[in-house]
Amino acid sequence: MENLVCKCGHKNPPGTILCESCGRSLTEEEQSKKLADMRYEGTARRSQTYNKSIIDKIWNFFSSVKVGVGIIVVLLVAAAIGTILPQAQYVNVPVRNDATLQAYYADVYGEIGKIYYFLGLHDMYSSFWFITLVGLLAISLIVASLDRFVPLYRSLKNQRVLRHRSFMNKQRIYAEGQAPDDVLVKAEEKLKELKYNVTLDKNGLLAEKGRFSRWGPYVNHIGLIIFLSGVMLRMVPGFYVDETLWIREGETRAIPEAPGYYLESEKFTIETYSGEGDEELFEDALDRVGTVAKNYQTDIVLYQTPEESLPGATDEMEMMKEESIRVNQPLKFDGYAVYQMDYKLNELRAMTFDLTDKETDASLGTLTIDLVKPEDSYDLGNGSKVDLLGYYPDFSGFENGEPQTATPVPNNPGFLVRMYTPETPEGEVSFIVIQDTIEPLGENQYKLTFQSAETRHASGLTIRKDRTLPILGLGGLIFMIGVAQGMYFNHRRFWIQQQEGGTVLLAGHTNKNWFGLKKDLDQVSEYASLPVYTDQQEEVEKKEKLDKEQKVEGDELR
Amino acid sequence: MTLPELSSSLLYVAFIAYLIATFVFGGAVKGNKEGSFKSEGRWGKIAFIITLIGFIAQLGYFFTRWAATGHPPLSNMFEFTTAFGMTLVGGFIILYLLYKTPVLGMVVLPVALLIIAFASMFPSEVSPLIPALQTNWLAIHVSTTVIAEGILAISAGAGLIYLLKVVDMEKKSKQRFWLETIMYSLIVVVGFVVASTYFTLTDYQAEFTYINKDNAEASIEYNMPPLVGMNEYTSLTEGAMEPLLETPAIINAGKVTTVLWSFIVGTILYWIIRLIARKRIAAIFKPFLKNVNLQLMDEINYRSVIIGFPLFTLGALIFAMIWAQIAWSRFWGWDPKEVWALITWLFYAAFLHLRLGKGWQGEKSAWLAVAGFAIIMFNLVAVNLIIAGLHSYA
Ligand code: HEM
Repeated sequence: MENLVCKCGHKNPPGTILCESCGRSLTEEEQSKKLADMRYEGTARRSQTYNKSIIDKIWNFFSSVKVGVGIIVVLLVAAAIGTILPQAQYVNVPVRNDATLQAYYADVYGEIGKIYYFLGLHDMYSSFWFITLVGLLAISLIVASLDRFVPLYRSLKNQRVLRHRSFMNKQRIYAEGQAPDDVLVKAEEKLKELKYNVTLDKNGLLAEKGRFSRWGPYVNHIGLIIFLSGVMLRMVPGFYVDETLWIREGETRAIPEAPGYYLESEKFTIETYSGEGDEELFEDALDRVGTVAKNYQTDIVLYQTPEESLPGATDEMEMMKEESIRVNQPLKFDGYAVYQMDYKLNELRAMTFDLTDKETDASLGTLTIDLVKPEDSYDLGNGSKVDLLGYYPDFSGFENGEPQTATPVPNNPGFLVRMYTPETPEGEVSFIVIQDTIEPLGENQYKLTFQSAETRHASGLTIRKDRTLPILGLGGLIFMIGVAQGMYFNHRRFWIQQQEGGTVLLAGHTNKNWFGLKKDLDQVSEYASLPVYTDQQEEVEKKEKLDKEQKVEGDELR
Repeated sequence: MTLPELSSSLLYVAFIAYLIATFVFGGAVKGNKEGSFKSEGRWGKIAFIITLIGFIAQLGYFFTRWAATGHPPLSNMFEFTTAFGMTLVGGFIILYLLYKTPVLGMVVLPVALLIIAFASMFPSEVSPLIPALQTNWLAIHVSTTVIAEGILAISAGAGLIYLLKVVDMEKKSKQRFWLETIMYSLIVVVGFVVASTYFTLTDYQAEFTYINKDNAEASIEYNMPPLVGMNEYTSLTEGAMEPLLETPAIINAGKVTTVLWSFIVGTILYWIIRLIARKRIAAIFKPFLKNVNLQLMDEINYRSVIIGFPLFTLGALIFAMIWAQIAWSRFWGWDPKEVWALITWLFYAAFLHLRLGKGWQGEKSAWLAVAGFAIIMFNLVAVNLIIAGLHSYA
């Protein structure tokens, strides 16, 4: 396409509606309108100009506000559908895999649950199509913003003071009439007082205020794009760590994904509201709902190994911090944060048995098995000892005659032991679980009798590192700045021209808040004796309304 | 008087003040026969002062309760919903100062009354905070959000006035149907308040045991006659009504019963009003709206969204994310409450973009504003009570 040459001689890019220089209407359609379309200053937007190649078509698709709103609405509806049933991450299944989840949805929610699972709605927000939708939103944001921002910026940067008469009288606020000779000087004075930037050129004046507010939407869209790119960055390794650490009282463990750091748990505490003393106030509420948790807390010590030490070597650890981790008060170090998320009370730690004669109940000695670090053999003195042949912390039954353990956590410990006494020097084999003893190789003379158990609490901690947070924060901040910039400020302009013979042309435009513009103009008019202006849009509307009413009356007469 | 007692008395004062102000606003609007706006201005001013008194009393309720419990009263359904009623009035006060429109008070104050009455149906005793709520972010996040929602609700108020004026109630149309449905839903809320109050005053109680979704036995106490029963229920209370039907285990029949009673009572009320007035509820308002300036209502609608949307972004998304990061280790977890905040936000973003185009101002905007309010209420009521999540209040 060729450049459009205006009558004033200015060469405009193809697709321009209002001449960049003088403001004349360049298309026939525009010429026939009573008011100029000032939306993007009548500039040539790519999407309105080219429609040939496939790239043009894609560009035009994404730059349309209708399409943008369409994407937003689809996203909104999809998000809502995802809340009809709980998402998979919030349901409780003992073992988490596709089969158990599918069964869960079918069992608990019946037919609806089956369909929901089948359609993948149980894991909607990380599904491919949901992420694609967000991607489309981002593309739309970028394309629509560029399509408008670039020409708008060009146009507002190179504004001329003197505009063609046809530009002036197609503005919504317009006046034409006699005015005193010093009108420009006085208008300039008053406009400056009202904080307008005033430019003079020959017989004309351009006053402008709040142009930066025009960039508001683009700034806020940039904020959104930054936010979304921050979210994407989490997929890059090293930017994001999310680990769980179960730690028991008295234990020291390496912090996953945080090389060189170790955590010791000194104590886990859970407190509930008592409803007494200071808390008497809450008595009624507590009576109604039962117990309410007041505090979950793990007292920890943080250690770090010196940099030169070998990986996993813990003997040279240095203490870094001694702190309490509570809900809302994570432990922070070196970009990591450790959160109190879960707990398990009274986990078995050690079990104490007596070696007893089954007949007489006489004890030959006592042994205590540490369930985290059991020993291979326990010497009871007097020629008796117990060998631990096998230890199954979470015994779950036999497979091919072999005892099995479900997890390494001592929930249901099982011990395979060989017991030696002076009377049974070859030893007797016995398998012991809580409340049960199995004698696989025949009847024994001796057995291990349970005496007591030692328990301790375990804390479920979450370890996070999220280096995208500053990016997300920046995105949010820019978004808010852009929104405020675009919404709470507006771009006001006045053009005044002195004609020969003492007449004056006046036009005014704003992108928002015409009420405010008129208030400014009233002040200037009074001071500089400008001709009386009209709001041409209101005129147009009044006329339309009148036409409509007349039509209705006409209908009734017929 | 102890502090908590003082606090609840102040809430009563506020309620009564709003009630009186509603009628004075109505009188101001109705009394403006010649459209001179002189008497409307005078009575409007009086009504506005009464509203202010009510608002100050409610602020008093809020801060005395805060003093009594040591934490901002925004932590359960009663507290949060009452605060929403308060910010709704606050939003009205701001927009009244800008535009001096008594008709807005006539419509917004009854809605605020309804919301406060609705809130009072929930347990209102002061309750202690669970660990996740023990932080200043509770006050920062929730108060910003609830203020934003109060202001956004004003846009719905202006929208409703717009619709009440322009929708023709004589001719059958989709618009007439939906407008009347809005009025009907407001009356169903009245139905809920009436039913709850009645059964609370008569001290209705019926206990049942049932089999829950994990196949375990559980018990439930109904505070209204059980229209529907839980999964495999057994009645423990003698003489209790026999439920008309049994629900599957995932459905809480106690809540369904409450909803049903609200609809029953609401429907009866609706028809009583309609038969007495001999016209649709929406049509009753017509004579009050003769002098309403539609352009001004559209302006108020838009202006409230312009103020409310950024505040909502700040409170319900940004502050919410900061807090979630501190308390739950992730700033976003697709919890239903979070998702619905996002939905609300996207909705208002769509609203703003639609208004950029021609033809979406005026009536269409008014419908959108009312729909926005519906989404906010859904998030407040349905998500808290039905779709449970981390945020669901006791
Ligand atoms: C959730 C996503 C989005 C948000 C929060 C958002 C936010 C905003 C806001 C606050 C404004 C200013 C509105 C006003 O001043 O009344 C705006 C303007 C605009 N937005 Fe968006 N937007 C989003 C997505 C999009 C998309 C996908 C498009 C693509 C078509 C788009 C295109 C525009 C356009 C064309 C404007 C007007 C620009 C102007 O007047 O110069 N927006 N946006």
